[in-house]
Amino acid sequence: MEEAVKAPVPEQEEYVINMGPQHPSTHGVLRLVVSLRGETVRNVEPHIGYIHRGIEKMCESITYPQIIHLTDRMDYLSAHINNEAVCLAVENALGIEVSDRVKVVRTILSELTRIQSHQLFWATFGMDLGGLTCFFYGLRDREMILDIFEETCGGRMIVSYNCPGGLMNDIHPNFQKRTKEFISYFRKTLPEYDRLLTGNVIFQERLKNIGVVNREQAIAWGLTGPVGRASGFSCDVRKHNPYSAYDRVTFKEILYDEGDSFHRYKVRMDEMWESMNIIEQLIDNIPAGSYAEKMKPVIKLPEGEYYQSVETARGELGVYIVSDGNKNPYRVKFRSPNFVHLAPLNLMSQGSKIADLVAINGSLDLIIPDIDR
Amino acid sequence: MEKTQLAALAATLAPDAQVVQGKQFVEITLLPTELYTVAEKLKNHSDTALDMLVSITGMDYGSELGTVYHLRSTVHNHMIVLKTRVSDRENPEIDSLCGLWPAAEFHEREAFDLLGIRFRNHPDLRRLFLDSTWGYPLRKDYKDDINILAK
Repeated sequence: MEEAVKAPVPEQEEYVINMGPQHPSTHGVLRLVVSLRGETVRNVEPHIGYIHRGIEKMCESITYPQIIHLTDRMDYLSAHINNEAVCLAVENALGIEVSDRVKVVRTILSELTRIQSHQLFWATFGMDLGGLTCFFYGLRDREMILDIFEETCGGRMIVSYNCPGGLMNDIHPNFQKRTKEFISYFRKTLPEYDRLLTGNVIFQERLKNIGVVNREQAIAWGLTGPVGRASGFSCDVRKHNPYSAYDRVTFKEILYDEGDSFHRYKVRMDEMWESMNIIEQLIDNIPAGSYAEKMKPVIKLPEGEYYQSVETARGELGVYIVSDGNKNPYRVKFRSPNFVHLAPLNLMSQGSKIADLVAINGSLDLIIPDIDR
Repeated sequence: MEKTQLAALAATLAPDAQVVQGKQFVEITLLPTELYTVAEKLKNHSDTALDMLVSITGMDYGSELGTVYHLRSTVHNHMIVLKTRVSDRENPEIDSLCGLWPAAEFHEREAFDLLGIRFRNHPDLRRLFLDSTWGYPLRKDYKDDINILAK
Protein backbone atom coordinates (compact mmCIF):
# COMPACT_ATOMS: atom_id res chain seq x y z
CA MET A 1 0.00 0.00 0.00
CA GLU A 2 1.23 3.44 -0.82
CA GLU A 3 2.02 5.79 1.96
CA ALA A 4 -0.66 8.46 2.51
CA VAL A 5 0.40 11.85 1.28
CA LYS A 6 0.22 14.57 3.87
CA ALA A 7 -1.53 17.64 2.57
CA PRO A 8 0.46 20.54 3.93
CA VAL A 9 -1.57 23.52 5.17
CA PRO A 10 0.90 26.07 6.50
CA GLU A 11 -0.29 27.88 9.55
CA GLN A 12 -0.07 31.30 7.97
CA GLU A 13 -2.16 30.28 5.01
CA GLU A 14 -5.84 31.05 4.87
CA TYR A 15 -8.12 28.10 4.47
CA VAL A 16 -11.61 28.61 3.08
CA ILE A 17 -14.47 26.27 3.91
CA ASN A 18 -18.04 26.37 2.83
CA MET A 19 -20.67 26.01 5.55
CA GLY A 20 -24.10 25.36 4.13
CA PRO A 21 -26.44 25.91 2.31
CA GLN A 22 -27.43 22.50 3.66
CA HIS A 23 -25.91 22.49 7.10
CA PRO A 24 -27.93 21.63 10.21
CA SER A 25 -26.62 24.48 12.32
CA THR A 26 -27.51 27.19 9.83
CA HIS A 27 -31.21 26.40 10.43
CA GLY A 28 -32.13 26.71 6.80
CA VAL A 29 -30.53 27.46 3.49
CA LEU A 30 -27.88 29.93 4.61
CA ARG A 31 -24.43 29.58 3.12
CA LEU A 32 -21.44 30.94 4.99
CA VAL A 33 -18.05 31.11 3.31
CA VAL A 34 -15.66 30.95 6.24
CA SER A 35 -11.97 31.89 5.96
CA LEU A 36 -9.90 30.21 8.62
CA ARG A 37 -6.35 30.38 9.83
CA GLY A 38 -5.87 27.19 11.76
CA GLU A 39 -9.11 26.99 13.68
CA THR A 40 -9.54 30.72 14.06
CA VAL A 41 -12.19 32.48 12.00
CA ARG A 42 -10.74 35.36 9.94
CA ASN A 43 -13.73 36.27 7.86
CA VAL A 44 -17.33 35.12 7.40
CA GLU A 45 -19.17 35.97 4.25
CA PRO A 46 -22.88 35.13 4.15
CA HIS A 47 -24.42 34.15 0.83
CA ILE A 48 -28.18 34.38 0.87
CA GLY A 49 -31.01 34.21 -1.62
CA TYR A 50 -31.57 30.47 -1.78
CA ILE A 51 -35.17 30.88 -0.62
CA HIS A 52 -35.83 34.35 -2.02
CA ARG A 53 -39.43 34.40 -3.21
CA GLY A 54 -39.82 38.08 -3.96
CA ILE A 55 -42.56 38.62 -1.41
CA GLU A 56 -42.24 42.40 -1.74
CA LYS A 57 -42.80 42.14 -5.50
CA MET A 58 -45.71 39.73 -5.06
CA CYS A 59 -47.37 42.15 -2.66
CA GLU A 60 -47.56 44.74 -5.43
CA SER A 61 -49.99 42.61 -7.41
CA ILE A 62 -52.29 41.35 -4.63
CA THR A 63 -54.74 42.94 -2.21
CA TYR A 64 -54.15 43.83 1.43
CA PRO A 65 -56.01 40.86 2.95
CA GLN A 66 -53.95 38.59 0.70
CA ILE A 67 -50.65 40.11 1.84
CA ILE A 68 -51.31 38.78 5.33
CA HIS A 69 -50.95 35.22 4.10
CA LEU A 70 -47.55 36.01 2.62
CA THR A 71 -46.24 37.51 5.86
CA ASP A 72 -46.75 34.14 7.57
CA ARG A 73 -44.08 32.78 5.29
CA MET A 74 -41.38 35.26 6.26
CA ASP A 75 -40.63 34.58 9.90
CA TYR A 76 -42.73 31.46 10.22
CA LEU A 77 -42.16 31.22 13.97
CA SER A 78 -43.64 34.69 14.52
CA ALA A 79 -46.40 34.23 11.98
CA HIS A 80 -49.12 35.72 14.14
CA ILE A 81 -47.08 38.83 14.95
CA ASN A 82 -46.21 39.36 11.30
CA ASN A 83 -49.92 39.28 10.44
CA GLU A 84 -50.57 41.81 13.14
CA ALA A 85 -48.04 44.24 11.69
CA VAL A 86 -49.81 44.42 8.33
CA CYS A 87 -53.25 44.55 9.97
CA LEU A 88 -52.22 47.42 12.22
CA ALA A 89 -50.76 49.33 9.28
CA VAL A 90 -53.96 48.92 7.27
CA GLU A 91 -56.21 49.74 10.24
CA ASN A 92 -54.23 52.85 11.12
CA ALA A 93 -54.29 54.01 7.51
CA LEU A 94 -58.08 53.63 7.35
CA GLY A 95 -58.60 55.02 10.85
CA ILE A 96 -60.33 51.89 12.08
CA GLU A 97 -60.37 51.24 15.80
CA VAL A 98 -60.70 47.53 16.55
CA SER A 99 -62.63 46.35 19.59
CA ASP A 100 -60.97 45.67 22.92
CA ARG A 101 -61.67 42.00 22.48
CA VAL A 102 -59.56 41.90 19.32
CA LYS A 103 -56.74 43.82 20.97
CA VAL A 104 -56.60 41.48 23.94
CA VAL A 105 -56.85 38.28 21.90
CA ARG A 106 -54.14 39.53 19.54
CA THR A 107 -51.85 40.29 22.47
CA ILE A 108 -52.39 36.88 24.08
CA LEU A 109 -51.74 35.10 20.80
CA SER A 110 -48.65 37.23 20.14
CA GLU A 111 -47.21 36.25 23.48
CA LEU A 112 -48.02 32.58 22.94
CA THR A 113 -46.24 32.92 19.60
CA ARG A 114 -43.24 34.44 21.36
CA ILE A 115 -43.12 31.59 23.87
CA GLN A 116 -43.29 28.87 21.24
CA SER A 117 -40.64 30.62 19.17
CA HIS A 118 -38.30 30.83 22.15
CA GLN A 119 -39.04 27.20 23.00
CA LEU A 120 -37.93 26.17 19.54
CA PHE A 121 -34.88 28.43 19.90
CA TRP A 122 -34.03 26.68 23.16
CA ALA A 123 -34.55 23.27 21.60
CA THR A 124 -32.38 23.86 18.55
CA PHE A 125 -29.77 25.91 20.36
CA GLY A 126 -29.17 23.04 22.75
CA MET A 127 -28.92 20.71 19.79
CA ASP A 128 -26.42 22.99 18.03
CA LEU A 129 -24.18 22.76 21.07
CA GLY A 130 -24.54 19.00 21.50
CA GLY A 131 -27.42 18.66 23.95
CA LEU A 132 -29.96 16.57 22.12
CA THR A 133 -32.32 16.20 25.09
CA CYS A 134 -33.34 19.87 24.79
CA PHE A 135 -34.75 19.23 21.38
CA PHE A 136 -37.26 16.71 22.70
CA TYR A 137 -38.20 18.77 25.75
CA GLY A 138 -38.65 21.95 23.75
CA LEU A 139 -40.73 20.41 21.02
CA ARG A 140 -42.86 18.50 23.53
CA ASP A 141 -43.93 21.71 25.28
CA ARG A 142 -44.27 23.68 22.07
CA GLU A 143 -46.85 21.15 20.92
CA MET A 144 -49.26 22.40 23.58
CA ILE A 145 -49.19 25.92 22.15
CA LEU A 146 -49.55 24.66 18.60
CA ASP A 147 -52.64 22.73 19.72
CA ILE A 148 -54.12 25.95 21.09
CA PHE A 149 -53.39 27.63 17.76
CA GLU A 150 -54.90 24.77 15.84
CA GLU A 151 -58.10 24.92 17.81
CA THR A 152 -58.58 28.67 17.58
CA CYS A 153 -56.85 29.72 14.35
CA GLY A 154 -57.09 26.57 12.26
CA GLY A 155 -53.38 26.54 11.48
CA ARG A 156 -50.52 25.41 13.62
CA MET A 157 -47.55 27.44 12.44
CA ILE A 158 -48.95 29.37 9.51
CA VAL A 159 -51.96 30.79 11.34
CA SER A 160 -53.22 33.74 9.21
CA TYR A 161 -55.66 34.48 12.02
CA ASN A 162 -55.53 38.27 11.89
CA CYS A 163 -57.29 40.12 9.15
CA PRO A 164 -57.70 43.87 8.62
CA GLY A 165 -60.39 44.93 11.08
CA GLY A 166 -60.03 42.11 13.56
CA LEU A 167 -59.79 38.35 13.54
CA MET A 168 -60.87 35.71 11.04
CA ASN A 169 -63.33 34.22 13.52
CA ASP A 170 -64.02 34.22 17.23
CA ILE A 171 -61.85 32.35 19.70
CA HIS A 172 -62.62 28.72 20.42
CA PRO A 173 -64.60 28.09 23.67
CA ASN A 174 -61.66 26.05 24.96
CA PHE A 175 -59.14 28.83 24.35
CA GLN A 176 -59.05 30.29 27.85
CA LYS A 177 -59.07 26.94 29.59
CA ARG A 178 -56.30 25.49 27.42
CA THR A 179 -54.15 28.59 27.72
CA LYS A 180 -54.44 28.58 31.51
CA GLU A 181 -53.60 24.88 31.57
CA PHE A 182 -50.53 25.57 29.50
CA ILE A 183 -49.38 28.43 31.72
CA SER A 184 -49.70 26.43 34.92
CA TYR A 185 -47.90 23.52 33.25
CA PHE A 186 -45.13 25.66 31.78
CA ARG A 187 -44.50 27.54 35.02
CA LYS A 188 -43.45 24.19 36.46
CA THR A 189 -41.57 23.05 33.35
CA LEU A 190 -39.55 26.15 32.57
CA PRO A 191 -37.27 25.74 35.61
CA GLU A 192 -36.46 22.30 34.20
CA TYR A 193 -35.06 24.03 31.12
CA ASP A 194 -32.66 25.93 33.35
CA ARG A 195 -31.64 22.82 35.24
CA LEU A 196 -31.03 20.97 32.00
CA LEU A 197 -29.09 23.56 30.04
CA THR A 198 -28.59 27.01 31.57
CA GLY A 199 -26.58 25.85 34.57
CA ASN A 200 -24.47 23.41 32.58
CA VAL A 201 -20.81 24.40 32.90
CA ILE A 202 -19.82 23.18 29.44
CA PHE A 203 -22.72 25.11 27.93
CA GLN A 204 -21.78 28.30 29.76
CA GLU A 205 -18.10 27.99 28.90
CA ARG A 206 -18.97 27.70 25.24
CA LEU A 207 -21.11 30.86 25.27
CA LYS A 208 -19.71 33.39 27.70
CA ASN A 209 -17.64 36.14 26.06
CA ILE A 210 -18.34 34.65 22.63
CA GLY A 211 -19.62 36.94 19.91
CA VAL A 212 -19.65 40.07 22.05
CA VAL A 213 -21.50 43.13 20.74
CA ASN A 214 -21.51 46.29 22.86
CA ARG A 215 -24.37 48.74 23.10
CA GLU A 216 -22.96 51.28 20.62
CA GLN A 217 -22.38 48.58 18.02
CA ALA A 218 -25.86 47.17 18.58
CA ILE A 219 -27.44 50.57 17.88
CA ALA A 220 -25.20 51.29 14.90
CA TRP A 221 -26.01 47.92 13.32
CA GLY A 222 -29.69 48.30 14.19
CA LEU A 223 -29.86 45.11 16.27
CA THR A 224 -33.21 44.77 17.99
CA GLY A 225 -35.08 42.14 19.91
CA PRO A 226 -33.26 39.74 22.24
CA VAL A 227 -29.99 40.35 20.38
CA GLY A 228 -30.12 44.09 21.00
CA ARG A 229 -31.42 43.78 24.56
CA ALA A 230 -28.61 41.40 25.52
CA SER A 231 -26.26 44.31 24.71
CA GLY A 232 -28.18 46.72 26.93
CA PHE A 233 -30.01 48.46 24.10
CA SER A 234 -33.57 49.15 25.24
CA CYS A 235 -35.44 48.56 21.99
CA ASP A 236 -38.67 46.79 22.88
CA VAL A 237 -41.39 48.15 20.58
CA ARG A 238 -43.99 46.88 23.07
CA LYS A 239 -42.58 49.36 25.61
CA HIS A 240 -41.59 52.29 23.44
CA ASN A 241 -44.47 52.39 20.95
CA PRO A 242 -47.14 50.12 22.45
CA TYR A 243 -49.73 48.64 20.13
CA SER A 244 -52.75 46.36 20.70
CA ALA A 245 -53.15 45.78 24.44
CA TYR A 246 -49.53 46.24 25.53
CA ASP A 247 -50.29 49.61 27.09
CA ARG A 248 -52.61 48.02 29.66
CA VAL A 249 -50.29 45.28 30.95
CA THR A 250 -47.24 45.56 33.16
CA PHE A 251 -44.15 43.67 32.18
CA LYS A 252 -40.42 44.08 32.43
CA GLU A 253 -38.13 44.67 29.50
CA ILE A 254 -35.28 42.20 29.91
CA LEU A 255 -31.92 43.93 29.58
CA TYR A 256 -28.39 42.67 30.04
CA ASP A 257 -25.16 44.55 29.49
CA GLU A 258 -22.78 41.74 28.54
CA GLY A 259 -23.84 41.34 24.91
CA ASP A 260 -22.41 37.84 24.51
CA SER A 261 -24.05 34.68 23.23
CA PHE A 262 -24.96 33.50 26.72
CA HIS A 263 -26.91 36.63 27.51
CA ARG A 264 -28.74 36.53 24.21
CA TYR A 265 -29.87 33.11 25.38
CA LYS A 266 -30.70 34.47 28.84
CA VAL A 267 -32.88 37.27 27.45
CA ARG A 268 -35.04 34.73 25.67
CA MET A 269 -35.34 32.52 28.73
CA ASP A 270 -36.43 35.47 30.87
CA GLU A 271 -38.79 36.72 28.19
CA MET A 272 -40.76 33.50 28.40
CA TRP A 273 -41.52 34.32 32.05
CA GLU A 274 -42.57 37.84 31.10
CA SER A 275 -44.77 36.55 28.29
CA MET A 276 -46.51 34.26 30.74
CA ASN A 277 -47.07 37.24 33.06
CA ILE A 278 -48.64 39.21 30.22
CA ILE A 279 -50.95 36.35 29.27
CA GLU A 280 -52.03 35.84 32.88
CA GLN A 281 -52.99 39.50 33.19
CA LEU A 282 -55.27 39.25 30.17
CA ILE A 283 -56.60 35.73 29.91
CA ASP A 284 -59.27 36.00 32.61
CA ASN A 285 -60.80 39.22 31.38
CA ILE A 286 -61.10 39.05 27.62
CA PRO A 287 -63.74 41.76 27.02
CA ALA A 288 -66.91 40.93 25.17
CA GLY A 289 -67.41 42.54 21.79
CA SER A 290 -67.24 41.84 18.11
CA TYR A 291 -64.27 39.87 16.85
CA ALA A 292 -64.08 41.86 13.61
CA GLU A 293 -65.07 45.30 12.43
CA LYS A 294 -67.15 45.60 9.30
CA MET A 295 -64.79 46.28 6.41
CA LYS A 296 -65.46 47.20 2.82
CA PRO A 297 -65.25 44.19 0.51
CA VAL A 298 -62.36 45.82 -1.35
CA ILE A 299 -59.89 47.55 0.92
CA LYS A 300 -58.24 50.59 -0.62
CA LEU A 301 -55.79 52.63 1.41
CA PRO A 302 -55.79 56.39 0.87
CA GLU A 303 -52.81 57.68 -1.05
CA GLY A 304 -49.84 58.02 1.26
CA GLU A 305 -47.22 56.19 3.26
CA TYR A 306 -47.70 54.10 6.35
CA TYR A 307 -45.13 52.63 8.66
CA GLN A 308 -45.88 50.20 11.45
CA SER A 309 -43.43 48.36 13.65
CA VAL A 310 -44.12 45.44 15.96
CA GLU A 311 -41.97 43.34 18.22
CA THR A 312 -41.65 39.82 16.85
CA ALA A 313 -39.86 37.07 18.73
CA ARG A 314 -36.65 38.14 16.98
CA GLY A 315 -36.85 41.90 16.98
CA GLU A 316 -38.47 44.80 15.30
CA LEU A 317 -40.46 44.05 12.18
CA GLY A 318 -41.26 47.20 10.25
CA VAL A 319 -43.90 47.28 7.54
CA TYR A 320 -43.67 50.25 5.18
CA ILE A 321 -46.60 50.54 2.78
CA VAL A 322 -46.73 53.11 -0.01
CA SER A 323 -50.23 53.38 -1.44
CA ASP A 324 -51.39 55.15 -4.57
CA GLY A 325 -55.05 54.72 -3.67
CA ASN A 326 -55.60 51.41 -5.46
CA LYS A 327 -56.52 48.06 -4.00
CA ASN A 328 -52.94 46.90 -4.48
CA PRO A 329 -50.12 48.66 -2.66
CA TYR A 330 -47.63 50.60 -4.78
CA ARG A 331 -44.70 49.31 -2.76
CA VAL A 332 -44.36 47.23 0.39
CA LYS A 333 -41.14 46.97 2.31
CA PHE A 334 -40.59 44.61 5.20
CA ARG A 335 -37.82 45.62 7.56
CA SER A 336 -37.18 42.14 8.86
CA PRO A 337 -35.10 41.69 12.01
CA ASN A 338 -33.19 38.64 10.79
CA PHE A 339 -31.91 40.42 7.70
CA VAL A 340 -30.43 43.10 9.94
CA HIS A 341 -29.01 40.58 12.41
CA LEU A 342 -27.15 38.69 9.73
CA ALA A 343 -25.06 41.71 8.68
CA PRO A 344 -22.79 41.90 11.77
CA LEU A 345 -22.16 38.12 11.89
CA ASN A 346 -18.68 38.70 10.46
CA LEU A 347 -17.92 41.30 13.12
CA MET A 348 -19.12 39.01 15.92
CA SER A 349 -17.28 35.90 14.86
CA GLN A 350 -13.91 37.30 13.74
CA GLY A 351 -11.17 35.94 15.95
CA SER A 352 -13.25 33.19 17.51
CA LYS A 353 -12.98 29.48 16.78
CA ILE A 354 -14.99 27.70 14.11
CA ALA A 355 -17.06 25.88 16.75
CA ASP A 356 -17.96 29.24 18.27
CA LEU A 357 -19.36 30.31 14.92
CA VAL A 358 -22.07 27.68 15.35
CA ALA A 359 -22.82 29.04 18.83
CA ILE A 360 -22.97 32.66 17.63
CA ASN A 361 -25.14 31.73 14.69
CA GLY A 362 -27.47 29.83 17.00
CA SER A 363 -27.65 32.65 19.52
CA LEU A 364 -28.80 35.06 16.79
CA ASP A 365 -31.73 32.68 16.16
CA LEU A 366 -31.87 33.44 12.44
CA ILE A 367 -34.87 32.42 10.37
CA ILE A 368 -33.67 32.25 6.78
CA PRO A 369 -37.00 32.84 4.96
CA ASP A 370 -37.20 36.11 6.87
CA ILE A 371 -33.76 37.14 5.61
CA ASP A 372 -34.56 36.31 2.00
CA ARG A 373 -38.25 37.24 1.96
CA MET B 1 -39.56 67.13 21.41
CA GLU B 2 -42.78 67.94 19.60
CA LYS B 3 -43.04 67.07 15.94
CA THR B 4 -43.42 70.71 14.90
CA GLN B 5 -40.24 71.65 16.77
CA LEU B 6 -38.45 68.68 15.22
CA ALA B 7 -39.58 69.75 11.75
CA ALA B 8 -38.35 73.30 12.40
CA LEU B 9 -35.00 72.01 13.62
CA ALA B 10 -34.70 69.70 10.61
CA ALA B 11 -35.41 72.67 8.33
CA THR B 12 -32.49 74.60 9.81
CA LEU B 13 -30.18 71.59 9.45
CA ALA B 14 -31.23 71.00 5.85
CA PRO B 15 -31.95 74.51 4.48
CA ASP B 16 -32.14 73.44 0.81
CA ALA B 17 -34.42 70.47 1.42
CA GLN B 18 -38.16 70.25 1.57
CA VAL B 19 -39.32 69.42 5.10
CA VAL B 20 -42.86 68.11 5.52
CA GLN B 21 -44.54 67.18 8.75
CA GLY B 22 -46.17 63.95 7.71
CA LYS B 23 -48.95 62.07 9.45
CA GLN B 24 -46.51 59.83 11.30
CA PHE B 25 -43.02 61.27 10.95
CA VAL B 26 -41.12 64.34 9.83
CA GLU B 27 -40.21 63.76 6.19
CA ILE B 28 -37.26 65.44 4.48
CA THR B 29 -37.01 65.31 0.70
CA LEU B 30 -33.58 66.27 -0.57
CA LEU B 31 -31.23 66.08 -3.52
CA PRO B 32 -28.89 63.08 -3.72
CA THR B 33 -25.90 65.44 -3.69
CA GLU B 34 -26.69 66.74 -0.20
CA LEU B 35 -27.92 63.44 1.26
CA TYR B 36 -24.71 62.51 3.02
CA THR B 37 -24.01 65.89 4.59
CA VAL B 38 -27.58 66.31 5.83
CA ALA B 39 -27.67 62.77 7.21
CA GLU B 40 -24.38 63.41 8.99
CA LYS B 41 -25.75 66.60 10.56
CA LEU B 42 -28.94 64.87 11.66
CA LYS B 43 -26.95 62.07 13.20
CA ASN B 44 -24.54 64.27 15.11
CA HIS B 45 -26.83 67.08 16.28
CA SER B 46 -27.68 66.48 19.93
CA ASP B 47 -31.39 67.31 19.53
CA THR B 48 -32.01 65.05 16.54
CA ALA B 49 -29.41 62.35 17.45
CA LEU B 50 -30.51 59.85 14.79
CA ASP B 51 -28.19 57.06 15.87
CA MET B 52 -30.12 54.12 14.42
CA LEU B 53 -30.87 53.34 10.81
CA VAL B 54 -34.10 51.34 10.79
CA SER B 55 -34.42 50.59 7.09
CA ILE B 56 -33.62 51.68 3.56
CA THR B 57 -36.33 51.22 0.97
CA GLY B 58 -35.56 51.43 -2.71
CA MET B 59 -38.41 52.96 -4.68
CA ASP B 60 -39.40 53.06 -8.31
CA TYR B 61 -41.53 56.16 -8.96
CA GLY B 62 -41.96 55.52 -12.66
CA SER B 63 -39.72 58.10 -14.29
CA GLU B 64 -37.45 58.30 -11.27
CA LEU B 65 -35.81 55.94 -8.83
CA GLY B 66 -35.30 56.79 -5.20
CA THR B 67 -34.50 55.68 -1.71
CA VAL B 68 -36.34 56.19 1.57
CA TYR B 69 -34.44 56.13 4.85
CA HIS B 70 -36.17 55.51 8.16
CA LEU B 71 -33.96 56.89 10.91
CA ARG B 72 -34.58 56.69 14.63
CA SER B 73 -33.14 58.38 17.66
CA THR B 74 -32.74 55.95 20.54
CA VAL B 75 -32.14 58.95 22.84
CA HIS B 76 -35.33 60.89 22.06
CA ASN B 77 -37.44 58.04 20.60
CA HIS B 78 -38.45 59.90 17.47
CA MET B 79 -38.14 59.04 13.81
CA ILE B 80 -37.27 61.07 10.74
CA VAL B 81 -37.70 59.91 7.16
CA LEU B 82 -35.25 61.00 4.47
CA LYS B 83 -36.18 60.72 0.81
CA THR B 84 -34.14 61.25 -2.27
CA ARG B 85 -34.74 60.69 -5.98
CA VAL B 86 -32.58 60.35 -9.07
CA SER B 87 -33.93 60.75 -12.58
CA ASP B 88 -31.26 58.70 -14.37
CA ARG B 89 -32.75 55.21 -14.68
CA GLU B 90 -29.82 53.85 -16.68
CA ASN B 91 -27.14 54.63 -14.14
CA PRO B 92 -28.74 55.82 -10.90
CA GLU B 93 -26.19 56.81 -8.28
CA ILE B 94 -26.76 57.80 -4.66
CA ASP B 95 -24.19 58.28 -1.92
CA SER B 96 -23.79 55.37 0.43
CA LEU B 97 -24.46 55.98 4.11
CA CYS B 98 -22.28 53.07 5.29
CA GLY B 99 -19.84 55.56 6.78
CA LEU B 100 -22.52 56.81 9.17
CA TRP B 101 -24.44 53.64 9.97
CA PRO B 102 -22.79 50.26 9.27
CA ALA B 103 -26.30 48.75 9.07
CA ALA B 104 -26.67 50.51 5.72
CA GLU B 105 -24.34 48.00 4.09
CA PHE B 106 -26.89 45.19 3.71
CA HIS B 107 -29.86 47.46 3.13
CA GLU B 108 -28.02 49.18 0.27
CA ARG B 109 -26.94 45.89 -1.22
CA GLU B 110 -30.59 44.85 -1.20
CA ALA B 111 -31.66 48.06 -2.94
CA PHE B 112 -28.89 47.56 -5.51
CA ASP B 113 -29.92 43.97 -6.05
CA LEU B 114 -33.62 44.56 -6.52
CA LEU B 115 -33.69 48.06 -8.07
CA GLY B 116 -30.26 48.56 -9.55
CA ILE B 117 -29.46 51.71 -7.58
CA ARG B 118 -25.69 52.14 -7.29
CA PHE B 119 -24.36 53.47 -4.01
CA ARG B 120 -21.22 55.55 -4.25
CA ASN B 121 -18.45 54.62 -1.74
CA HIS B 122 -20.15 51.41 -0.70
CA PRO B 123 -17.45 49.00 0.58
CA ASP B 124 -18.83 45.86 -1.06
CA LEU B 125 -21.58 46.51 -3.60
CA ARG B 126 -22.55 43.10 -5.03
CA ARG B 127 -25.84 41.40 -5.82
CA LEU B 128 -27.33 40.00 -2.62
CA PHE B 129 -30.17 37.58 -3.35
CA LEU B 130 -30.01 37.12 -7.12
CA ASP B 131 -27.17 36.46 -9.52
CA SER B 132 -25.96 38.93 -12.08
CA THR B 133 -28.07 37.52 -14.95
CA TRP B 134 -31.32 38.73 -13.40
CA GLY B 135 -32.76 42.11 -14.12
CA TYR B 136 -33.94 44.37 -11.31
CA PRO B 137 -37.25 42.79 -10.22
CA LEU B 138 -38.65 45.58 -8.07
CA ARG B 139 -38.59 48.04 -10.96
CA LYS B 140 -42.03 48.67 -12.36
CA ASP B 141 -40.93 47.96 -15.93
CA TYR B 142 -39.49 44.55 -15.04
CA LYS B 143 -41.00 41.82 -17.19
CA ASP B 144 -41.60 38.58 -15.35
CA ASP B 145 -42.80 35.85 -17.69
CA ILE B 146 -43.46 33.25 -15.04
CA ASN B 147 -45.49 35.35 -12.61
CA ILE B 148 -49.03 34.03 -12.74
CA LEU B 149 -50.29 36.83 -10.51
CA ALA B 150 -49.28 39.68 -12.80
CA LYS B 151 -52.20 41.05 -14.73
